[in-house]
Amino acid sequence: MASPAGLLEQAQAAVQAAGDLRALDAVRVRYLGRKGLITAELKGLGRLPVEERASAGREINLIKQAVIHGIAARRERLEAAKMEAELANRVDVTLPGRGQPVGGLHPVSRTVRRIVDIFAAAGFGVRSGPEVEDDFHNFTALNIPENHPARAMHDTFYVDTGHVLRTHTSPVQIRAMRSEGAPIRIIVPGRVYRRDYDLTHTPMFTQVEGLAVDTGISFANLKSILYEFVSNFFERDVELRFRPSYFPFTEPSAEVDVRSESGKWLEILGCGMVHPNVLRHVDVDPEKYTGYAFGMGVERLAMLRYGVEDLRRFFENDLRFIEQFR
Amino acid sequence: MRIDIEWLGEMLQRDLDPEQLAEQLTLGGLEVESVRLADKDTEGAPAVDGVVLDFDITPNRGDCFSVLGVAREVSALNGTRMEELEVPQVPASVEDTFPVTLAAPAACPRFARRVIRKIKPGCRSPEWLRLRLERAGLRALHPVVDVTNYVMLELGQPLHGYDLHALSGGISVRFAEDGEPLRLLDGNRITLQSDVLVIADKSGAIGLAGIMGGQGTAVSESTRDVFLESAFFSPDSIAGRPRRFGLHTDASLRFERGVDPVRQGRAIERATELLLDIAGGEPGPLVEDVAEKELPERKPVSLRLQRLNTILGTGLEPGEVEAQLGLLHIAATREKNGWSVVPPDFRFDLEIEEDLVEEIGRMTGYDNIPVVAEQSPRHVGLATEKRLSEDRIADTLCSRGYSEVVTYGFVDRELADAVNPGADYVSLTNPLSQEMGVMRHSLWPGLLLAARHNRSRQQPRLRLFEIGTQFGREAGGVRESRVLAGLAIGAYRPEHWEGGARDVDFFDVKSDMEAILALTGRGGDIEFQRADHPALAGGQSARLTRADDTVGWLGALHPRLQGRMGWKRPAILFAMQLDRSARARIPRYREYSKFPSLRRDIAAVVDDGVSAGRLLQCVRSAAGDALHDVTIFDIYRGEGIDSGRKSVALGLILQDRSRTLTDVEADRIVASTTRQLEHELKATIRE
Repeated sequence: MASPAGLLEQAQAAVQAAGDLRALDAVRVRYLGRKGLITAELKGLGRLPVEERASAGREINLIKQAVIHGIAARRERLEAAKMEAELANRVDVTLPGRGQPVGGLHPVSRTVRRIVDIFAAAGFGVRSGPEVEDDFHNFTALNIPENHPARAMHDTFYVDTGHVLRTHTSPVQIRAMRSEGAPIRIIVPGRVYRRDYDLTHTPMFTQVEGLAVDTGISFANLKSILYEFVSNFFERDVELRFRPSYFPFTEPSAEVDVRSESGKWLEILGCGMVHPNVLRHVDVDPEKYTGYAFGMGVERLAMLRYGVEDLRRFFENDLRFIEQFR
Repeated sequence: MRIDIEWLGEMLQRDLDPEQLAEQLTLGGLEVESVRLADKDTEGAPAVDGVVLDFDITPNRGDCFSVLGVAREVSALNGTRMEELEVPQVPASVEDTFPVTLAAPAACPRFARRVIRKIKPGCRSPEWLRLRLERAGLRALHPVVDVTNYVMLELGQPLHGYDLHALSGGISVRFAEDGEPLRLLDGNRITLQSDVLVIADKSGAIGLAGIMGGQGTAVSESTRDVFLESAFFSPDSIAGRPRRFGLHTDASLRFERGVDPVRQGRAIERATELLLDIAGGEPGPLVEDVAEKELPERKPVSLRLQRLNTILGTGLEPGEVEAQLGLLHIAATREKNGWSVVPPDFRFDLEIEEDLVEEIGRMTGYDNIPVVAEQSPRHVGLATEKRLSEDRIADTLCSRGYSEVVTYGFVDRELADAVNPGADYVSLTNPLSQEMGVMRHSLWPGLLLAARHNRSRQQPRLRLFEIGTQFGREAGGVRESRVLAGLAIGAYRPEHWEGGARDVDFFDVKSDMEAILALTGRGGDIEFQRADHPALAGGQSARLTRADDTVGWLGALHPRLQGRMGWKRPAILFAMQLDRSARARIPRYREYSKFPSLRRDIAAVVDDGVSAGRLLQCVRSAAGDALHDVTIFDIYRGEGIDSGRKSVALGLILQDRSRTLTDVEADRIVASTTRQLEHELKATIRE
């Protein structure tokens, strides 16, 4: 018979060599079973002289415990390995998932949200107004009297003699200042209508109007907010160009161009200092308050941002277009 | 407006670089839309190099509709004040005149005129003149017409030449009689109203003042004696009339915006000089009729330095401002806080202080105005939870597979009628086309067309939604409401490797609506009631109500409309009034029960006509507070169940908030519930 130490070494080696649970069980039987080698050692203690029995028994029991632990540890590893082996290759992970794919959010909505978010962060509140507007709010209060040549700039859809489809979101300036007075800072997204339909015009489109009226507001402030807005919108430092222009409801008025990455100047919005006649129409004292207003075409901004070249795409509602914007 | 750069250079007496000039003018407020080479093959013209500038002039700048006006701007932008342009005076060689009466002096306070006799018939304008006209987009015709057009382009003063022999009696500038007829130069007959200014002779109206001459008095190849008119018509007397008659002419464009009210005579002199060169003739004296008191007044305007700098955000010095005013021919007298200024005759757009602020800003250059962030206090924004935001609705639908569309606010009345017969439409008086004739009363017509567009382009499975405004009539006007609407057609899910995708149905879409309603926290307030809608198939349509108000619809598209769209598969439509249904409840936390729940199932056999809604309502009222939830987990008809009846399996989740329910208590609740079902709904309970 081997020495007890030799027996332990031999048993541990057999445990480590067991490649699966069956082999491990055979090792257990061989060493710990009723006729196992360690069992036999324990049974053989009786044959030893009495004074050796106790220490020999302790030694054999330590060996037995060590083997039991060794087998348990090995079993755990073999079981884990067996489970992993069974789990492997259960599904083809490259197959597509199940359920509804996410739909497209119209690029006009996506763009309006960004514009509104940028201005909201600068303290502008969102307002809205009716799409069928009366002549007073759409024209007269905005310093566009009857017969003014500027009315020809807006090819207008008429609902009846006193009502039109609003040609811009500017009437909301009037409504908001009438109900809230000054100081005021608002941003107004909405649909507007012009009787014009060709390659670069659709009879309905989307505008965002901005208005800030407070004490001491200047054209220099207007330039500042527009630089901040355009840089944020395009997420790059931009170069802007302010050109004198004409809108009946602002004075001075300007058109703003942004220099594209290819170096071309592209018109992106119109703006100016609120005309004193507009302030008087809403009972705001133009000597005390000054303000700026700006208006931009959302589709135009979306075209520049996303590289859309044909305005009409926005209203064809073709999913091959819309689904490119999630 | 287009002009030949060479002409401009001639007036400024220097060579101009086209690109540089275009940029300078654009940044100065006269937008040059394009710079292009003149057509070299213009009919009859020799191949001459040239550059044409195309301007987009804003309506406030009537003074810039001429070579002279643009030249003045170029000078000012270059820091030079352009001197008054003088033209040679042509001495009269005959005494002939033709009488004129200013019968509406406020509308026409100045009328310069001249008779020219014995021009040579059959003459042709010289090539250089024809070329300049053609480059401006005008056709060379008769020398008299060419000369008047040329002077209009050069000086901004429209003129009109008449065949003297076609005029009878004398000319009167007056307002028309209501219903007075006129045959225009272009051959059209129009009927006039009493606010239309006309040139008339003894025979009646012979021209629309400042807009277009008449046919009967026009010059022709046989004209020998000419009567030249150069008048000032006030902008108010012309504005709006061109639009009314659809006659936007070169003359009306200028008169509507305002021409120089002083220099009518200069234009006649210039035209005479040119005409004599081309066709000879004997000029009569230049005569001017003037109603001095009616001429536009240039009132002094005060300009305060501090106000100017406040509006622009600049720190301009008085000297700089005065220099700029001078360049613009604006006379300035110092006052306490600034100046009293008088604009030049030719400017109609400088009436208030801000008009002058704009001029100074423009001359300073907008790009030279500093960029300064606002110092004013900013308000904290509002983030309301009391309404469900349209953004959140859109995001939820997108994540449930819907794509957002944007359709026009106007629709085809015929299709709209098919969806909502007899609706009280808001219609347009001047639609672009019949297909865009009425404002939408529902978003469904737009969605149907968007779906048809995509289905005819190999997109059979669609889920579309739109959030927008719909329009109706109400007492005293138009009612606008915000609406969410959607459409689903095709398989309920995309084609998948598991196969077996059925068509989308009522309940797929109902869950999308329920999801939106759940976001408001008030979904429980909304009831789906069986009801008919003309666009929906009977038996598969529901009205959404809250407290008896209709807030939406859900159902399968009526086969009639389905056929009209050319679809073989059903479509499910929904609509929700956001004004009424997007009000949200702010969550109020309630402690949830820590005690275990018990489940009891009941199979109730009821008549087919008993709705799930009624069953659940009955269960809820009978089971009382201990009922935590109830679900329907099976519906069975067929063997073992009488025909006309159905077996509905109900799962009751029972739970108490303060203690663990015992089985005995649960059984008691089930017993009272079944009794109520038997009593109220004639249910039999299957064991």
